[in-house]
This record gives sequence, C-alpha cells and structure tokens, in this order.
Amino acid sequence: MIPSVAISNQRKVFPDATSALQGLLSDGITVMSGGFGLCGIPENLLLALRDSSVKNLTIISNNAGIDDVGLGMLLKTRQVKKMISSYVGENKEFERQYLAGELQIEFNPQGTLAERIRAGGAGIYGFYTRTGAGTSVAEGKESRIVNGQTYILEMGLTADVAIVKAWRGDTEGNLIYRKTARNFNPVMATAARVTVAEVEELVPAGSFDPDHIHTPGIYVQRLIQGTHYTKQIEQRTVRPRS
Amino acid sequence: MWSREQLAARAAKELQDGFYVNLGIGIPTLVANYIEHDQHIVLQSENGMLGMGPFPYAGEEDADLINAGKQTISTLPYSSFFSSADSFAMIRGGHIDLSILGAMEVAENGDLANWMVPGKMIKGMGGAMDLVAGVKRVVVVMEHVAKDGSAKFKPKCLLPLTGANVVDMLITDLAVFSRPDRNSKFELIELAPGVTVEEINAKTTAAFTLKAPMASI
Repeated sequence: MIPSVAISNQRKVFPDATSALQGLLSDGITVMSGGFGLCGIPENLLLALRDSSVKNLTIISNNAGIDDVGLGMLLKTRQVKKMISSYVGENKEFERQYLAGELQIEFNPQGTLAERIRAGGAGIYGFYTRTGAGTSVAEGKESRIVNGQTYILEMGLTADVAIVKAWRGDTEGNLIYRKTARNFNPVMATAARVTVAEVEELVPAGSFDPDHIHTPGIYVQRLIQGTHYTKQIEQRTVRPRS
Repeated sequence: MWSREQLAARAAKELQDGFYVNLGIGIPTLVANYIEHDQHIVLQSENGMLGMGPFPYAGEEDADLINAGKQTISTLPYSSFFSSADSFAMIRGGHIDLSILGAMEVAENGDLANWMVPGKMIKGMGGAMDLVAGVKRVVVVMEHVAKDGSAKFKPKCLLPLTGANVVDMLITDLAVFSRPDRNSKFELIELAPGVTVEEINAKTTAAFTLKAPMASI
C-alpha cells in the first residue's frame, strides 16, 4: 500500500527546542552546530542547549559565535570543553578561556572540516587531501606522495547530536535552506547519531517540490518550528544609492 | 610606491575574462572594484556562494546573505548558493581559477605564511589553507616590508606556514614578482613608480631574478 499524506510522519515534530533535545544530552557529548559566523545558526536549539546546563561539551562548529550570541553563550557558561573549528576570531571570551588553559581548540582548515563532516556522514573513514601539507596541520598525520604532491590523511567526523537551522522544513524533516545560511548545516545534518533541526517555517509534508529539497528527511530525526529569530548581522556593510 | 587602491588595481590585471575568482579579506577585497566592464568575472565566497554581488543598498541588508568576511552582500543575476562541503570541493578540486590573498611572509620557494603569529592569540586559518592548496593560481598582495621595516619576502618563512610552495605571484606596494611554474624562481617583473631595483634589493632578503628589460610603470 502506498502511504498517503494523511498518515505521513508526524513523530519528528516537537513543540519546542527544550523538548526536542530531551533525552539526547549528557555531559561530555559531542555536538555539531551549524552556521557560518552568526549566519544560519540554530538560535532556539543553542538557547535550549545552554539552559540544559549540560557540561564538558565538545563542539564542532566552524566558528564560536561572538560574546553573548550563538556559541558565545555556551562559552560564557563554561559548558564547552573543546572546540573543533576553523576560525574563532570574533569572540573575546573564547580568547580569555583559551589563554587561561580552560578551553581546548582543534583548528581545522575550513574545507577539511567540511569534508571531514561530509565523510563522517557518508561512511568514509578518512581521505587524503593536499590542504595543510607541509604545515603544522600535517603534524602527526599519515601522508602520501602521489605524482610529486603530498597528501595528508584526515579522518571523518561524527557527533552524538547535530543541531542545524533551515529556512523551511516539512513534517517529514525535509529541509530547504536560504542563501548563505546553508553553509555547514546540510553536512552536519548527515553526520550525527541524532539530528535536530529548527526551521523558520514548518509546513505539512507534500508542500515542497521534491526537486527543491536540500536535506532529505532521512537525516533529520527531530524538528521544531523556531521562534523569536534575531538573525544578528556581524558586519553591516552597505553602498550608497547613486 | 603603490597605495592600497593602486595595489588592488594592479592585482585586478591578473583577472581574465571568464575567471572564477576567490578574493581574501583586506586589500584583496578591493580588487573587485577594478574588474573591467567588458570582463565576466564570477566571485566565489567560500561560505557557499558563486556570483557575489556588491554591498546591498541601505535597508536591503539580509542576515542570510553574507560573504566570508561576514559582511552583508547582494546577489547578481547569475548567483548560486551551495553548502560549505560543496564550496570547498570546488576550491580543493581546482575549479577556481585564481585566488588573491594577503600575507605576513612569502618565501623565495613560494611558501606562504598568513594565519598565525606564535605567542599571539590564534584565530584560526579559516579557508586559507584550502584555497592555497586547491586554487589553480595564487596571487599574494602585501606590503613589501613589515612595520619595523624588515623584509617580508624572505629566504624562508619564520612564521607557521599556510601552504608550502603555493605562491605564483607576489604584488607588493613596491614591485611585482612572478614565476611561470612552481619549480621556478621568482622574477622581478615590475616596479612601482619611483621605485628602483636598488631599493627592492635593500628591502628584500629573498633571492629573485631580474627581468630584462624591466617593465617601467
């Protein structure tokens, strides 16, 4: 029998961020958090993660937010033990904790970070890349020379939980992102044991043209309609009207 | 000597019609202002966009539309969006024709250092290591000497590397150095107005060859 829309999957939809994270959090887990800077970050789920008071987190995220916004909130409450990131330049509290030895950081080249997550989600144990060959990134890593080029071995990355943000989602967990707010969200959705997504607009399954879906629902186990988005801009740059 | 704007204008001469280009933060960003009107250049932003447009008009800023420097930008009729994994696949896979980026040090063998200074807070390399490892041609734009007057184009980088043997061209406020491939030495090919070969020799510790006759600007 072909399932109809009427009996489509409603089990994924949770009423709010706190309930969507229920049962997933414990001290010391690894969490992937989508976004580039403050663009496309899961604002509601980050707040719920902070309010859960879970500690000693390893956070995989390209950036660390800014003071008081995004992951910056979790740094302030000392819930983060380690960051795996490519660039953390915008966060003073991060700098303070790092210099005081209270926070560990593993820097990855941005593309290597993205590909490690992609590999983790795709069941690829590791891959060889030219990125970082001959630099400190290569230290302690296996390398191979192919056609005169040095490649270093990078391992796939997975997490216990991924929190991601999309523009629109349906009750099946299919997601559509908007503009550059896509960034790390789709790869992170593939690479965690449980992926929790928040969307600006939640619609019934069948609302999307299947050709337009960026993240298929198989990667999303839990889903909420987010509220009160601030969508803060880090660098507001404009041009004059001539 | 070239100003920041003149430096960007000189770097823009390296753009060719049809190129896909990634511009770094700082002076490289200014290069976009000097694209010739008859050239079709597609700018890539590594956070997931091709066809990056200018800053938006006031009131049209969109928090979902930023460049890799986290600045608000706009779209163009040919823009496209994609994930970070796709973005770096096109970078690492050699699909981007040219990357223009800044540097702290460049070595005579093409090594580049631009991401960290020991003892200072490490902010991270962002996408710089991926860009220099994957983009077909890498052009570095920087001031010829450091604030204390010491040479930045050196026999060997003292700072931690961003990439080993990755620089194809170096444009400073004083001169342009280029090499045809990554097995060759750098050649001094242009001098900024009022700059002599003697001045370059005095302010450069890297070994380079001289093009004869020297292009005069």
